Amino acid sequence: MAGMNLTATAPRGTRVRRRPWGSFVVLLLAAVYFLLPVAASLWFTVDDPAEGFTFDAYVKGLGDDGLATSLGLSVRLGLATVALGLLLMVPTMVVVALRLPRLRRVVEILCMVPLIVPPIALVAGVSTVLSWEQDLAATPFYRTFQLLQNKSFPLVLVLVYTVMSLPFLYRSLDAGLRSLDLKTLVEAARSLGASRTATLCRVVLPNLRPAVVSGAVLSLAMVLGEYTVAKVLGAEPFSVWMVHVGEFEAQVSVAAAMLSLLITWGLLLLLTNLAGGRARNRRKTTA
Amino acid sequence: MTTTAPKTGTAASAAQPAGPPAPSGAEGARSGVALRLAGLRRAFGGTTALDGLDLDIAPGELVALLGPSGCGKTTALRIIAGFETADAGELLVDGEDLTGVPANRRDIGMVFQSYSLFPNMTAAQNVAYGLRVRKAAKAERAARAAELLDLVGLPGREKHYPHQLSGGQQQRVALARALAIRPRVLLLDEPLSALDAKVRLQLREEIRRIQLELGITTVFVTHDQEEALSMADRVAVMRDGRLEQCAAPGELYERPATPFVAEFVGTMNRLPGTVREGGTVETLGRRLAVHGTAPAAGTRVDVLLRPESLRVTGGDGAAGEPAERAAAEGGVPATVRVVTFLGGTTRLHLTTDEGAEAKADLPSWEAAAFTPGTRCTLAAHDHTVLVEETAAR
Repeated sequence: MAGMNLTATAPRGTRVRRRPWGSFVVLLLAAVYFLLPVAASLWFTVDDPAEGFTFDAYVKGLGDDGLATSLGLSVRLGLATVALGLLLMVPTMVVVALRLPRLRRVVEILCMVPLIVPPIALVAGVSTVLSWEQDLAATPFYRTFQLLQNKSFPLVLVLVYTVMSLPFLYRSLDAGLRSLDLKTLVEAARSLGASRTATLCRVVLPNLRPAVVSGAVLSLAMVLGEYTVAKVLGAEPFSVWMVHVGEFEAQVSVAAAMLSLLITWGLLLLLTNLAGGRARNRRKTTA
Repeated sequence: MTTTAPKTGTAASAAQPAGPPAPSGAEGARSGVALRLAGLRRAFGGTTALDGLDLDIAPGELVALLGPSGCGKTTALRIIAGFETADAGELLVDGEDLTGVPANRRDIGMVFQSYSLFPNMTAAQNVAYGLRVRKAAKAERAARAAELLDLVGLPGREKHYPHQLSGGQQQRVALARALAIRPRVLLLDEPLSALDAKVRLQLREEIRRIQLELGITTVFVTHDQEEALSMADRVAVMRDGRLEQCAAPGELYERPATPFVAEFVGTMNRLPGTVREGGTVETLGRRLAVHGTAPAAGTRVDVLLRPESLRVTGGDGAAGEPAERAAAEGGVPATVRVVTFLGGTTRLHLTTDEGAEAKADLPSWEAAAFTPGTRCTLAAHDHTVLVEETAAR
């Protein structure tokens, strides 16, 4: 009755707000699509047909020396890639935005090339160049080639991953720069007496922080999951170790994948929080 | 009106005196420095933005650079700030040549057209940024920021971030930030253009108050003539990279040097006329003195007259034939087309029987007698006028 009364007294023209069932359905479907494989993998790692529910796969995986070594290498490669990529891209994009806006399109096309070139083609080229090592034995470049392929930290992977991360860094930084009136901010800082370095460090970078973090998160996620290039170049980061283990111990491999998922999410959450920290502080200050 | 209009309409700028007059009012409080722009030239590709700009600004004076888009006013300001380099010419501040000095070593404060506060800093941090760059002590920075935020009417907003401030408040903070470094010259690049009308009016009065209080030499770029006329000691009207006229607001309005200035500042009628002997021009049924050298007798010219320089008589209920009335009153018969109420005054849009169109401003109480279609007499008040040869248009 109450409902009938409400309907009867609602002013003409007032639209009754309906529950967004459609949105719930879409959300539910998306959640199922993403979570079902994770749940299935999780079930696979803890369900043993002989012993029933068990964490043996996790115990074995965590006990394997290869896990820490390969994961450590992946994280180091990821951080080095992010550092090199940002060092390369932030000044480039700031200079292009301020001084050479006509080059913006050229830089964009160059940075998008890695999306078009398949990693296997990229690494084939790199392998060819690395094969010149023997021809260069009598030159100073020999040492450089050796250093690039150092097993404990293959710098060549950092270089290749930096190229592969360019699309992510470009898109994030471009969005960040477009959201700022960079020219005015830089000119304001300069008129107040700031040098170019001080302007970049105290004005440009802090305001680009969300874009920088976004690009870093995407690049890091890409490096942590990359398999093809690392495998072809003979390195053993986490992804390669996982496949290797999976060849003879499928449950341990999937358990390691679940652990890597947690670690990756943790890292991404940490980076995202770093970016959001300042915004939260602002809200607290003025609350 | 000071001179006869040159055929090109620009030659008057060459005759403009370089030295500024003593600024009016509050002279005693002024402690700014002199600014001199000498022969500044700047071209972007094939476009000439500045074509030999000369301008002297007295210590503590506020000069507005006024002109249409593309006239070079912003380029001039950016050269003073150090964001652009002049192809030729000199920039002297207090006698010191700053032509090659980078922007961050000029000690010139600037308020920008768009909101330019650093989004990652609070209002106080923004204001204190220039002092931080100069390695001032933290306590000194905080005290100066509080003092300046108080000066611009924002006490207690030290901890607010730019996104928590309105547009007007952001421009106040930007002004405080520019003043915090005790600049030798203050540059204002259309700082009010993004604000709504009420805030703009309020802020322009405050900027003027603060400028007079501090006695700081200020260059103010605007395309809004009302802003320029109400705030500046002198207004420099620019066109095509050159100075057309630089004068006090009253002089600029009453005695424009060129037809361009006359039409750019305020509203101006162009009425057909014929030059007669004795340096006079005949228009609207009477002879008016031409200021300066008049063209040869018989030349057809446009006579420049402000709406308030026109007289409208007759109106609804007036007796007699319009033509007879006009002849008796020393004017021409006309018909009111549109009546626009402007508050204290009302603007009548009229067409004479010969087909010339004119705007005339009357006190609103007097204009009540006129409605669209009213037959009346249009005449000019007796004074000297600026003329331009019709062929030159």
